[in-house]
Amino acid sequence: MRDDDENLKDANHSSESPGVSRRDFLKISGISVAVPLVAGPKMVMAAGQQVPVYGPGKVPMEFAINGKNHKADLEPRVTLLDALRDQFELTGAKRVCDRAECGACTVLMDNKPVYACSVLAIEAQHRPITTVESLIEGGNLHPVQRAFVENDASQCGFCTPGFVVSCKAFLDSHPHPTPEDIRRGLSGNLCRCGTYEGIRKAIAQVAQKGA
Amino acid sequence: MPDYAWPDAQHRTLIGARVTRVDAPVKVSGQAKYTYDVHRPGMLYGKVLRSPYAHAKVVSIDTSAAEKMPGVKAIHIVQGPGSTIHWAGDDIVAVAAVDEPTAEDAVRAIKVKFQQLPHLVSDAEPPKGSAQEEGPLSIDAIDDMLDNQVPANQMVSTIQRDGLIKKASDEDLNMLKADGATDAVLEAIRSATLHPEASAKPPSNYQKAAAQTVGDPDKAFAEADAVSEGMYGIPVITHCCLESHGSISEWTDHEHLFTHISTQNVSGIPGQMAEPLKIPATNIRVHQDNIGGGFGSKFSPDRWGIFTAEVSRKAGGKPVRIMLERDTELKVAGARPSAYARVKVAAKNDGTLVAWQSSSWGTGGPGGGGMPPIPYVFRVPNQRQEHTAIRNNIGPARAWRAPNHPQAAVLTMCALDDLAAKLNLDPVEFFGRNLNLTQQREHTYREELSIASELMGWKQKWHPRGQNASGDTARGVGLSFHTWGGRGHASDCDLTIHPDGSVELKMGSQDLGTGTRTCILMVAADTLGIPMDAIQLQIGDTTYPPSGGSGGSTTIGGVTSSTRRASVDARDAVFAKVAPALNVQSDQLECVNGKVMVKGDSSRFLSWKEACSKLAVMPVTMRGKNPDKNKPPDLTNSGVGGVQMAEVEVDTDTGIVKVKKMVAVQDCGLVIDLKTAESQCHGALIMGISYSLFEEKVMDPVTGRMLNADMEFYRLAGLNDIPELVVHMMTGKGYDERGVIGLGEPPVISPGAAISNAVANAIGVRVPFLPLTPDRVLTALEQKAGA
Ligand code: FES
Ligand code: FES
Repeated sequence: MRDDDENLKDANHSSESPGVSRRDFLKISGISVAVPLVAGPKMVMAAGQQVPVYGPGKVPMEFAINGKNHKADLEPRVTLLDALRDQFELTGAKRVCDRAECGACTVLMDNKPVYACSVLAIEAQHRPITTVESLIEGGNLHPVQRAFVENDASQCGFCTPGFVVSCKAFLDSHPHPTPEDIRRGLSGNLCRCGTYEGIRKAIAQVAQKGA
Repeated sequence: MPDYAWPDAQHRTLIGARVTRVDAPVKVSGQAKYTYDVHRPGMLYGKVLRSPYAHAKVVSIDTSAAEKMPGVKAIHIVQGPGSTIHWAGDDIVAVAAVDEPTAEDAVRAIKVKFQQLPHLVSDAEPPKGSAQEEGPLSIDAIDDMLDNQVPANQMVSTIQRDGLIKKASDEDLNMLKADGATDAVLEAIRSATLHPEASAKPPSNYQKAAAQTVGDPDKAFAEADAVSEGMYGIPVITHCCLESHGSISEWTDHEHLFTHISTQNVSGIPGQMAEPLKIPATNIRVHQDNIGGGFGSKFSPDRWGIFTAEVSRKAGGKPVRIMLERDTELKVAGARPSAYARVKVAAKNDGTLVAWQSSSWGTGGPGGGGMPPIPYVFRVPNQRQEHTAIRNNIGPARAWRAPNHPQAAVLTMCALDDLAAKLNLDPVEFFGRNLNLTQQREHTYREELSIASELMGWKQKWHPRGQNASGDTARGVGLSFHTWGGRGHASDCDLTIHPDGSVELKMGSQDLGTGTRTCILMVAADTLGIPMDAIQLQIGDTTYPPSGGSGGSTTIGGVTSSTRRASVDARDAVFAKVAPALNVQSDQLECVNGKVMVKGDSSRFLSWKEACSKLAVMPVTMRGKNPDKNKPPDLTNSGVGGVQMAEVEVDTDTGIVKVKKMVAVQDCGLVIDLKTAESQCHGALIMGISYSLFEEKVMDPVTGRMLNADMEFYRLAGLNDIPELVVHMMTGKGYDERGVIGLGEPPVISPGAAISNAVANAIGVRVPFLPLTPDRVLTALEQKAGA
């Protein structure tokens, strides 16, 4: 955050744009009571271009989550994970490390697995987001989920939704993984209870049967 | 008298089988709700300003700017001016606001002045001649002695000699009693001299925590054929529960609190919140559907649980959520005490152990902590131990899965393994020769040792130390033994059979992911002869009958015993109504396959539904209890043994250790669900690999802060680190008749020692301390080369 501000400030100076820099604006608004609840973007010059600056304060956002349209007014600093969990009550993705280290928050964005804690909600707008909640079809568990159940790949279960989404994405891109592929492909998720044995078996089972 | 005993193998349909976890589908689909997921209407979000200093006095707090911020609903000073802070990350001010960003801004706007005080965050060996304070004792110190199985007469004399810091409350005495204090010990505590001044004067960082002698160690050492001396240790690690600690509290009226809390102890929470909140425990309702990990760190509401309720009260009773941030979780919400020792052990030429001597130290944070139970498992005939507890500012210790045992296993099994190497004995032979020192577990260990050797392929894999290297890789194998109690805790439940045949079971317990729900349902379904999914199980709420906290592997024995008794009584109530219809005595009936039928005559039966309809309009509810002397036999038991073996590969150029295979052979009496039992062992092996190779709470001596309070540098084992795992549960004759015994702790005890021994076997030299990081391995190799 701080680095961005620094850059922005320099950019403002070099282009000698008039008015309030974002930094000053932040300073004022931090203590001001008069900030409108929902602010539209403000245009500033950055690197010789007019760029919109959203916030501070809430801005209207729109998302495409699990095939449905969702709207919310959120501050630009809110992460995709917090938006999913606190605004849309999609609590399958968990907040654990909140900084791209554990994978508990994994969701699909543009069909690729991402750490939702490390994507800003504002940047995830209009991009298809798939969460663990949508993997059930017609009341039936996804084959990956079934394999997790059969192979006892969850204990406390807090890491499980993230693992399920990662495994699904992994198997979509590696339908016939080698054990080495599995080890590498799923090293972005962590489990404290130690369910890796079950997870490994679950993946092997799906890879054999085909998802 | 109804027969409450566990049915034998021929009469069991579910117990002992391999049954899939009942709550797996909701977990894999993201539907399972955890405390962190609870979203209450109008919920406010709390954030906490924390001390950046490890030891400091709070001088002043200015919240005026934060109070004026829009969206801020309540500010609560947790530790005001004048308070002394003993670890970095401790709570100072809590704020509740309409959303998290606003709460974060408000915390940033609060100004706190601290006066820094000198801190100690090291747990290095106490310097020679350091002031070693003896007594007076704290209640914690006495509890530690119980943990360490210090003999009662020795405890009494220590208490009489040193006195107590403060008078023990009834609650303290009850707790100590529950932990095994004898009447003589309790009496000594009641009549102990009090030294309240001791808690006021700054305590020394070093406290002599234990000293004891058994037999004549000097003579035994002098007469022994071989003596081995070494240094061993295991650092402070954190629990790192993936769901952090925290709660959501709301006041339903001025005197009633409703709290969702991440806890291992649903029924035990109200009693701990009542006094600080000044309301009766009956006015506190606690609810939890699922918990994302506890491992011993979530028995109490904690100070943050109390102030979350206080903040809610200040915010007009609105729900307030305070879940710890990840860094705070690692800094303050759980630490396993460290333990280090200089150990000297001696044996005869044939390997018979004769003497043990240890000088140990370690820290459990500000409280110091106690001595692990060493020598572990093997009662060496002549012993001398002394232990120094280091009180420092790393944050408070908490029970970590099998408190004090992983430490004891490392200090003991590594020292014994070094002695075996000195005698040129295969450890299987050496430990085997001394199994008589394990007393009542001898037979179990002997069986387990031979099964484990077979499963590991020990005979083919074991070579004398350092003789299995090719090029820059060295391979080795190692083993360890462990023990645990695991008797079932107090548990009550209500089982109701309705006239329409539906069944519900309510119990204020919790499922930590150990399979508690599954096992309760298996027992009830097995007893009633109906499918598991025909029973509605409700746990995790204080409106249900109380059941003990899930710690010390006490849950499975407790909940299955109370469930069995309730199920038998409810079943017999149905039998009593059905008997006239089938024209038999009620003791001639049995429940099988959804039918109530006459024993030995499958043509005379009623379906379960028909049978229950004989209850007319009133459902029958039976209360099951554990323990229950009036309803024998005892269905749970205490005392298990386990043997583990590890095979490792060490890259002698880089110092990287890879575990290649682990074998766990474990008994736990009557196994209810083999499938989740094996998962417990797999999980424990994985957690064990993690703490053996990677985990350590690293403190910065200069700032007094934890350096790796995140999940990148506080490294947990990943999928990539897990080798072939082989688990063998001891079942059948000799085991099943013992009753149900807990399994959560035992299998996590041995991995550290087994892996360390395997590394020593591979590279020919001991890496003294866990975790076995590349730098430590290389240092050990260099020292060996230089020696
Ligand atoms: S919470 Fe996103 S990676 Fe850990
Ligand atoms: S199942 Fe508990 S963290 Fe993975």
